[in-house]
Amino acid sequence: MSTETEATGAEVTPTDHLRQGVLDTLAGELGADLLDAHLVAGDDLWVRVATTAWRRAAEVCRSRLGMHYFCFLSAIDWQPSPWGRGEDDPTAPPPERPTEVVQGVAGGDTRFQVFARVYSVTSKVGLTLKADVDDAHPAIETWTGVYAGANWHERETWEMFGVEFTGHPALRNLYLPSDFEGHPLRKDFPLLARMVKPWPGIVDVEPMPGGDEEETAEGEGA
Amino acid sequence: MTAITDRQQLAYIAGQAADARVNVEVETEGMTLNIGPQHPATHGTLRIIARLDGEQVVSVDPVMGYMHRGYEKLTEVRSYPQVTTLVNRIDWLGSFANEVPFILAAEKLMGVEAPPRAQWIRTVLFELSRVANVILFLGDMGVQLGALTPVFYAFRDREHVLNQIEAATGGRFHPNFDRIGGLKDDLPKGWIAETRAVMVKVRSFCDEMEDLLMGSEIFEARCRGVGVIPPDVGLAYGLSGANIRASGVDWDLRRDGDTPLVWNEVDWKVWTHPDGDSFARYWVRLQETREASKIVDQLLDGIPSGPIMAKVPRIIKVPEGEAWVSTENPLGEMGYYVVSKGDTGPFRVKIRSASFNNISILPWVLRGVYVPDIITIMASLYFILGDIDR
Repeated sequence: MSTETEATGAEVTPTDHLRQGVLDTLAGELGADLLDAHLVAGDDLWVRVATTAWRRAAEVCRSRLGMHYFCFLSAIDWQPSPWGRGEDDPTAPPPERPTEVVQGVAGGDTRFQVFARVYSVTSKVGLTLKADVDDAHPAIETWTGVYAGANWHERETWEMFGVEFTGHPALRNLYLPSDFEGHPLRKDFPLLARMVKPWPGIVDVEPMPGGDEEETAEGEGA
Repeated sequence: MTAITDRQQLAYIAGQAADARVNVEVETEGMTLNIGPQHPATHGTLRIIARLDGEQVVSVDPVMGYMHRGYEKLTEVRSYPQVTTLVNRIDWLGSFANEVPFILAAEKLMGVEAPPRAQWIRTVLFELSRVANVILFLGDMGVQLGALTPVFYAFRDREHVLNQIEAATGGRFHPNFDRIGGLKDDLPKGWIAETRAVMVKVRSFCDEMEDLLMGSEIFEARCRGVGVIPPDVGLAYGLSGANIRASGVDWDLRRDGDTPLVWNEVDWKVWTHPDGDSFARYWVRLQETREASKIVDQLLDGIPSGPIMAKVPRIIKVPEGEAWVSTENPLGEMGYYVVSKGDTGPFRVKIRSASFNNISILPWVLRGVYVPDIITIMASLYFILGDIDR
């Protein structure tokens, strides 16, 4: 908190020097394998590395940057859901939906992106790593040799997104039955509850009766 | 009959030990022991497949998913205010604390900051839900080791804390009180004085637990040196909260995180213990509960006046972006990675719950222990099944 109050004037805080240092070290170690980086001053750091350098990036984080704490590992499916959010009137003709894949911060080339977070408990600086995986055969090297905690997270990512982790000791389902078909967190996996019946919560996002203004309306707690 | 000398007694013990060693060398057949999914020691539907050699554990395979509710999928079809009703239920014993990091992540993306009064009340309720949660652990650890009294005391005193949470939020287990931009309501009249009285009760509960358990020889014998987790292993598995502080890592997101909550405004201490065993984990949580009651006391003194809600649009649309916010929840670090595409609902939410990582160390820490130690270690790691299965 103290660092943030100092930052209001100058935009540069001690943690930002640390984050810049982290970024410089990664750039030095990985070279061209560091594809993209996104540093928000006083907030966070994102780094996208080449798929082939995924494991090496973890090793650099652990050994060179002292980020011994493994926070989480998961994936993002950047393709917009073909089903929307299940709020449509079932009698109306299906609306046009965007199909363009737009990746978030630190960019991307593919539909699936694996991302993970590591943290240093000594310098209190964390970092989100991202890597693209191939759409047809999503696969990436495992982190289990570097961070033991990645084991279960990779199993979860495997069953939920179908991303394979090469070299993982026991890549099997964690939550789902072993004969479950499909990967539930992919955007094209339908949420059946919404297919059967329209969501009653739809009323919550409709404009209130009598209100002709849109989302620029007065705050309710004001 | 002549008295046995010390030397004779030692010789007898040595002989017994030699016999025991012979017995160990006898070829024993491996055995699989299923603990759970419905077993008092698993605190819920968790199944532990333990492969045993005699009484020693060779390997352990925890099986989860009996309660998996697919929250990460559900968040993608709900609006931001609706998601709070889901995240309440992740760690159901400290539910208010679950709401806070999600709301903070949404606020971060929107560039909204709740007014100071809301931040203070949030922090008070956050600490109250920590107390309500950890009290149950402090009593339950006794049950796992064969002492039944502590858990009755725990339920009795948790009731007072839940009453205060209910008086402020209207909900005992699922407050659903936090809003983007502030809080649903202000504190009721007389609440501050009542909460102070409850904090006194919490501290006397902690003293009772100290008398009942920490002085007990059985408790010490079953906890000391059992389930030792070195700090580097704990960090690699992503252990957080009291579990990692009991291994001597001085790291607490309340102090070291950069959330706008107001722990830094009051005077308190992060407790650590160098041993890393089950006893240390109990000890750290006991000290933390005391410390939390002191934090609440100090926060109650300083709640500023003013509005409890910032000006936010009636229909909440969160601008495009990605944000990660985590807080020090009762079970450890709980965080939400929220990806927004400028819609009324999140595009993707990764829920990083504390128990999932805390429990992933089980196959490592349970290797080579004895069957009763499984219960001790699992109790001392303290997990909530909803927090694992999400």
